[in-house]
Amino acid sequence: MSKYSEILFRPVFKENPIALQMLGICSALAVTSKLYPTLIMCVALTVTVSLSNFFISMIRNITPSNIRIIVQMTIISSLVILVDQALKAYDYETSKTLSVFVGLIITNCIVMGRAEAFAMQNPPGVSFLDGFGNGLGYSVILIILGTIRELFGTGTILEYEIFPLVQNGGWYVPNNFFLLPPVSFILIGLIIWALRAWQKDQIEEPEFRMSQNSPEIVPNPPPTPSSKASS
Amino acid sequence: MIENYLNIFINAIFIENLALSVFLGMCTFIAISKKIEAAIGLGIAVIVVLAITVPINNLIYNYILRDGALAWAGLSDVDLSFVGLISYIGVIAACVQILEMFLDKYVPVLYNALGIFLPLITVNCAILGASLFMVEKDLYFGESVAYGLGAGVGWALAITILAGIREKLKYSDMPEGLQGLGSTFIIVGLMSFGFMSFGGIIL
Repeated sequence: MSKYSEILFRPVFKENPIALQMLGICSALAVTSKLYPTLIMCVALTVTVSLSNFFISMIRNITPSNIRIIVQMTIISSLVILVDQALKAYDYETSKTLSVFVGLIITNCIVMGRAEAFAMQNPPGVSFLDGFGNGLGYSVILIILGTIRELFGTGTILEYEIFPLVQNGGWYVPNNFFLLPPVSFILIGLIIWALRAWQKDQIEEPEFRMSQNSPEIVPNPPPTPSSKASS
Repeated sequence: MIENYLNIFINAIFIENLALSVFLGMCTFIAISKKIEAAIGLGIAVIVVLAITVPINNLIYNYILRDGALAWAGLSDVDLSFVGLISYIGVIAACVQILEMFLDKYVPVLYNALGIFLPLITVNCAILGASLFMVEKDLYFGESVAYGLGAGVGWALAITILAGIREKLKYSDMPEGLQGLGSTFIIVGLMSFGFMSFGGIIL
């Protein structure tokens, strides 16, 4: 059981697809100015990545490896077409808001990446869980972004007023800055910073480091036999 | 006439920049922008692929998929637009494959320069995104050529600028958690604010 929960929850914080693996960033930025479309996008991606992992894993033993990319692409794009059509049928307004970004789930690197890295080597049940976990990891970041941007940008969450606005006799002046798309870049940058302050092993090594004032560059260093022996 | 094309071209480069205004192709944009040479190579590959695939997808959309487009074959009430996604990605994958074989055979210099970037481009969402935007904007064939070219040039410009900034920044002393990915996101955010100042320009 612990193995399954490990597969399910590992991608959420330890190996988050957006914050650590740099996958699937495009849609994270463009759709998060309100929470509701963000939630729809999260559901769409989670469904696609879980099912695509499941189906790709089912036929992994009979797929010739030199045409596997095109097989994966076909499965993924068929699933995305289903999701897109379902969304257009049941929630046309939101599908207009999301515009091309539902279609772009096809080229969302999380889907392809998990198919290549996990589903091709593992049985269907586990692959489904892995896909679901990665969908959750993606959703966590998107929901944080969507909540922050909608709350500070318009004072509401899911259209429900949290901060009473000045124009309705309250105290909060909505900060339109948060509705601008580039803000999500800066917020993701800060989320990564926070995540890495918590999970220290995700910190990247810099290519260059400032050298400290070491004894070697002090003029006429006092000769110490122990440092000579160690160097 | 020529002004219309020029307008679409400039618009696609600066105002609706694929990378910095609609945030497409971000994964490769951030992953391959550490070195300026690699960034330029990828940029050129994206220009070439976009300039080819957007017009081809435009023809496919206008003559096969669109509602009533099959009138020339006597099937005037067939609407195939729901298979759009799968046909565009098929065209893109096929084009990239053909381009790769063509370059390998006839222009080996360019082939070696582009190297790994060509196959990577199939899954770059900027390519599929440009085709989808082309459909959404309902462009004619000529306009789609201008749009594809402009979108590619804009993306290449953005990745080259980012690579330049990152090459300088590697000497700086940042907080530990911001090194690498974190700082890159914030830089891209600031660049994107810069590009927003082009918004509203009408030629």
